[in-house]
Amino acid sequence: MIDREQVLHVARLARLRLTEDEIERMTGELSTVLDHIEKIGELDLDGVEPTSHVVELENVLRPDEPRPSLPREVALAEAPDSDGVGFRVPSPGA
Amino acid sequence: MSEATGFEAVFGDRGDTDDARPVDHTAAELIDHVRAGRLSAAEIWDDYQRLAGADTLNAYLWRADEAPEVAANAPLAGVPLAVKDLFCTEGVPSAAASKILEGYRPPYTATAVERLREAGAPMLGKTNMDEFAMGSSNENSAFGPVKNPWDESRVPGGSSGGSAAAVAAGLAPWAIGTDTGGSIRQPAALCGIVGLKPTYGTVSRYGMIAFASSLDQAGPLTRDVTDAALLLRHMVGRDPCDSTSTGHPEEIALPSAERLDGVRFGVPPELTGDGLEPGVREVFEATLKRIEELGGSVQEVGLPHSGHAISAYYVIAPAEASANLARFDGVRYGHRAGNGDLLSLYEQTREEGFGPEVKRRIMLGTYALSSGYYDAYYGRAQKVRTTIAADFRSAFESVDVIVTPTSPTVAFALGERVDDPLAMYLSDVLTVPMSLAGIPAISIPGGLSDGLPVGIQLASPAFSENRLLDAAHALERAIDFKGARSRG
Repeated sequence: MIDREQVLHVARLARLRLTEDEIERMTGELSTVLDHIEKIGELDLDGVEPTSHVVELENVLRPDEPRPSLPREVALAEAPDSDGVGFRVPSPGA
Repeated sequence: MSEATGFEAVFGDRGDTDDARPVDHTAAELIDHVRAGRLSAAEIWDDYQRLAGADTLNAYLWRADEAPEVAANAPLAGVPLAVKDLFCTEGVPSAAASKILEGYRPPYTATAVERLREAGAPMLGKTNMDEFAMGSSNENSAFGPVKNPWDESRVPGGSSGGSAAAVAAGLAPWAIGTDTGGSIRQPAALCGIVGLKPTYGTVSRYGMIAFASSLDQAGPLTRDVTDAALLLRHMVGRDPCDSTSTGHPEEIALPSAERLDGVRFGVPPELTGDGLEPGVREVFEATLKRIEELGGSVQEVGLPHSGHAISAYYVIAPAEASANLARFDGVRYGHRAGNGDLLSLYEQTREEGFGPEVKRRIMLGTYALSSGYYDAYYGRAQKVRTTIAADFRSAFESVDVIVTPTSPTVAFALGERVDDPLAMYLSDVLTVPMSLAGIPAISIPGGLSDGLPVGIQLASPAFSENRLLDAAHALERAIDFKGARSRG
């Protein structure tokens, strides 16, 4: 179960501004899904290691050599707002 | 063995094509015709460009207008490829069917797409999908649903629904998609074609717009098993841009098996019980009989934790998605909204840019990772994942291949499950366990139920694609399924 307050808290964490209608719907839908998911609480998982990676891999390393990265104008080409040097955003204090 | 010899061995000489068009052939046959000088890559391109241009299923989101240059000796001979919109393609719209990336043209191309282009499979178009690959019906696309070519009032499955519908309807010779919990196999099943999810890590994820990075894997959607092998051969490989990519220890061979003598098939009762639609069960049981007729053996094999796979998956995948989708904030690319302050820029951009299912998953994942809930949800789900992978390992001590239906139902009606997220999630109940275990699994058409295709899923141990493809090939030849196109 998840209530309206929790939905609002999680939405803030996720940087989602939900409409009143979405808050309503999300509370019901997430509760139904979480009820199903909570079945894993019944399992005895003592001593089971959590999966961190499904195929066994050693550390993957490469030589630390400088390589060209994306040219600045290419990196900025898709920006919604740019001053030609960086991405432009409103001041966090605004 | 050269590839030319391989094709002659598999297909023999097909004779001239005076009365046949490129669309009447599998991709492997087209390659054979190009090699023998009976067809040109340009003719194939023109035919498919026309067909893709007349798409009435909403399968394509973008189509190439220029015929590409293909090296004369390229192994895939210029047979064009439909590419799921999830793959970044340089200078070409790549939106993962999301409004938040509408019009985005990436500065680079995904490794899998690049490898296939170099091998001689140029991109014909980008295909529709569920937004960010989240969905099992293609109804979550920001650009409208795709119709199933078998019955246009039904879904094609998802999330690679556009790729599956395009191949089934003859709008593309072959396609690639991505599979996180069944997104290649389930639409392939619902559209009556072949779909393969390879072992996790064999194909580079570089340039795939990330959904759940520990599960996402690219693979082929094709008319037959041979075409799937051929595409996969040129997709696998270690990539310095994806440190989780492993490549494949063997070259992917063209499958040739026609019998299943000595191959042990396991049927897990946990996945083949009450939940199957009667028509799906009928085709599944007929398939088991056919396996025995071909010399294979069928036995029951337990996957005791697989009943918990959906629960674990719908914690792990949304958790990873909530982190991966944090990058869509209106700063570096894509949609931007807001009213002058930074927080409203983030929140308004995401509110306007993401569709309902994407928001639902971000919420679910953020909740599962949030303080106080992490151990109960994410930590536990990762342990369940370990037990599911262990179930498969122990099953593969007594069988070579696990066989199930791919989907518990045939293609459902458009709109039927959109308001019931849990019912939609349960569409993946037979494909998610293999995803969590990272093992390869293929869906092939098994037959029809009330005129709609039923997919059969075969799964085998990690990195055993060659064995899997051989088994699927033998079964495919015995089933002799007629695709959507040949039924008119």
